[in-house]
Amino acid sequence: MTSVQVAVIGGGPGGYAAAFLAADLGLTVALIDPEANPGGVCVYRGCIPSKALLHVAQVIDESRHAKAWGVDFGEPKIDLAKLRAFKDAVVARLTGGTGQLAKIRKVQYLRGRAEIIDAHSLRVTFEAGATGDDIVKFEHAIVATGSTPAIPPALAVADPRVMDSTAALDLPDIPKSLLVVGGGYIGLELGTVYARLGSSVTVVEMTDGLLPGADRDLVDVLAKRVGQTMKAVLLKTRVVQMKAEPKGIRVTFEGAAGSDAPKEPLFDRVLVAVGRRPNASVPGLDRTRVRVNDRGFISVDEQMRTAEPSIFAVGDVVGEPMLAHKASHEGRVAVEVIAGANVAFQPRAIPAVVFTDPELAWCGLTEAQAKKANRAVAIAKFPWAASGRAITLDRTDGLTKLVLDADTETVLGVGMVGPGAGELIAEGVLAVEMGATATDLKLAIHPHPTLTETVMESAEVFFGQATHVYRPRRA
Amino acid sequence: MTDFTLPELGEGIASGDVLRVLVKPGDTIAKEQAVLELETDKATIEVPSSIAGVVKDVKVKPGDKVKVGQAILSVEDTAGAEKPAEKPAEKPAAKADDSPPPAVAATSAAKVPDVARPQTDTQKVVDISRGQRPAAEPPAAPDLPPAPAAPSVRRMARELGVDINGVPGSGSSGRISIDDVKAHAKNLMSGAGAASAGAAKGFALPDFSHWGEIDRQPMRAVRRKTAEHLAAAWATIPHVTQHDLADITALEDLRKKYAKQVEEAGGHLTVTAIALKIVAAALKVFPQFNTSIDIAAEEIIFKKYVHIGVAVDTDRGLLVPVVRDVDTKNIIQISVELADLSEKARTRKLSLEEMQGGCFSVSNLGGIGGTSFTPIVNAPEVAILGISRARTEPVYRDGAFVPRLMLPLSLSYDHRAIDGADGARFLRWVADAFEQPFLLALEG
Repeated sequence: MTSVQVAVIGGGPGGYAAAFLAADLGLTVALIDPEANPGGVCVYRGCIPSKALLHVAQVIDESRHAKAWGVDFGEPKIDLAKLRAFKDAVVARLTGGTGQLAKIRKVQYLRGRAEIIDAHSLRVTFEAGATGDDIVKFEHAIVATGSTPAIPPALAVADPRVMDSTAALDLPDIPKSLLVVGGGYIGLELGTVYARLGSSVTVVEMTDGLLPGADRDLVDVLAKRVGQTMKAVLLKTRVVQMKAEPKGIRVTFEGAAGSDAPKEPLFDRVLVAVGRRPNASVPGLDRTRVRVNDRGFISVDEQMRTAEPSIFAVGDVVGEPMLAHKASHEGRVAVEVIAGANVAFQPRAIPAVVFTDPELAWCGLTEAQAKKANRAVAIAKFPWAASGRAITLDRTDGLTKLVLDADTETVLGVGMVGPGAGELIAEGVLAVEMGATATDLKLAIHPHPTLTETVMESAEVFFGQATHVYRPRRA
Repeated sequence: MTDFTLPELGEGIASGDVLRVLVKPGDTIAKEQAVLELETDKATIEVPSSIAGVVKDVKVKPGDKVKVGQAILSVEDTAGAEKPAEKPAEKPAAKADDSPPPAVAATSAAKVPDVARPQTDTQKVVDISRGQRPAAEPPAAPDLPPAPAAPSVRRMARELGVDINGVPGSGSSGRISIDDVKAHAKNLMSGAGAASAGAAKGFALPDFSHWGEIDRQPMRAVRRKTAEHLAAAWATIPHVTQHDLADITALEDLRKKYAKQVEEAGGHLTVTAIALKIVAAALKVFPQFNTSIDIAAEEIIFKKYVHIGVAVDTDRGLLVPVVRDVDTKNIIQISVELADLSEKARTRKLSLEEMQGGCFSVSNLGGIGGTSFTPIVNAPEVAILGISRARTEPVYRDGAFVPRLMLPLSLSYDHRAIDGADGARFLRWVADAFEQPFLLALEG
């Protein structure tokens, strides 16, 4: 039996960030997770492996693009085992790192699964081969159990050729044809990887556009290229049935009237990426006052407290957006509150990045949200066709936009699409958090020639005085 | 008993006009049954009910304008109908603002008013749209521009129990620093700001809908800022308003005579433009009106520059652009600049910079009407000149009543900085200058 001040259930980005900060603040910590090292879905079978593969996909694409510049690499030879090994090495390196960080900080790492006994104790069931104290008494606990890929009943086919994101990241093979069910970020990212490796990919999406939630003008730029990368993108179409056959998976679509959805095609493999569900059903949680809302998330306030005073919850399990960086920041807030600080998780902007090609990223208020809330905003856009850097990259498919408060020119949101948007959006986050104005962005000297200038010039567009775009401000 | 409220109608549609109500009290309705015919900007649509049950009360009639979220019917639920889900309490915005300097709360039972649910295997699938916040969470104040404060400063405000949106920022464009937060907190605690804070909070409101139909509209940024600013000014400044009349019969002739010349230069020769010139001169004769008070330092700050703000009525509310260095400009230049600033104010092109730095303000309501009014001093200035509508009035001169064009002037001033006698003298000088423009060159 062991006694700690903070017990963290779940070692993903929310859990381990919390555990490490707690240790840094001098608290005694136990971190419970079934994997060998902290990292969670993000490191083991999510953000990290997918980004490693996406980088490879980008290199393949650029090598082909280079033909236009007089450099011909020919068709790449793909050694799938070696590619898998690279991805696995990336994961191993990171998890090895987090494992060491846990050790140095003297975090008690318990490899297993937790069952809550009451509001101040839990029991650990260890993974095979792991040992440790099985009863953990805690002053406070943080539930950071994350989420799991969701497979609705209609799409639940017990055949290895029907994959979720975890299985897809294992790269079992490069199927000749792949159906990606779900036009959200996971489907598009993994679809991009497989398309670049040689699969003929079809994406099917239920709503009338890819990436619902992102502004349409940004998605349009991405959709154009995705339309070229994938064999087909079927919008307003749903999969009503899937059947495993010897030669492949037979899929029945139901589309909008007049849609060009094929009759009942056969696919070598199917990737189901329609959503993730929160892992709120922690055994024993019902012995406490912790509540789960009707969308399946654990209810918390802005200090990450649940209805049970000693128990906090953070990350995917408490709500949208289900993003690793949101989880980490929530985890840190929870620990600071436990340590006695009066802080709360009240960010003005949580960035979201879609690592497709081009990348799409946004933070703060979107134009669509502003419209819905009937809020007066001014939109300033800068097309990357006018960016010197974009032209040197031979990639002018890009757009930067600012969403500004109409009365005070304060930056409320920033959206971008284009190669590298994921890195560039961080400036937008800082601008929104600092309450910067368009004038501030305009006056901050951005280096030339870089894609970051598009942010500065979008601010210039707002005043009708952008150097590289002639768009005088109308009355 | 539940209210059926008008659901989302589509992108950009916030309201519609009722054409027909398809049900009446006593009717039994099913879910999805059409209960209302509504005309919107885009089309005529039928609105289906989301509640099954017996209609108890119909709250709208043909011709009414209804908004999304407004109650249409009250229905006695039959079993199986779902009460509209309560908003998830994950992020109750603006809650911390009203809290007193806090200790870390031990209990949290009050903070999670959620629908009680047993721990079943509710494996809900959540459709991820990356970055999308749940729709059920409306912002606390939808049209509020965020306070220009860095995250570290916002944290400090929270720790001190201070509403960041109420902290005056001393940095450029009102940027709020850690020191500003600390100073404001100190102010609040010492009671200096108590009056304004109290005024800002207002009365406890009753439920007005009890007495009749109401329509809640969010306060736009300009309205909110105006409300805060004026409440604070009124609460801290002891106001006195001095009234007087200026005989502008002769001036009116001059104004008509030279109007064309000013039009050609690009401005309008208005009473306001002339008033600015007169006030600029008056501020030289009476420098105590061109000051600000620093109560904390117990000092009066005399300004050696003359920038005058002019109240402009726009569709967004009251804006006060500032004309700089009025003392160095002639009336033609002032007229042109005023025309330009007013245009900018009306077309939303006025920058924050152009509304700051004033020493004195002028508010002319004469174009609309009125005999006099009590303008509120535009803190941290110490005086403001209000102008009402000029009228031809009988004035007793040289043994007879003659018709004269009289311009009502109302000067409000901060009685901490200016005494009554000075107030009367200043306004008399201004009135005299209107009556006898030569005074501008002679004494101004």
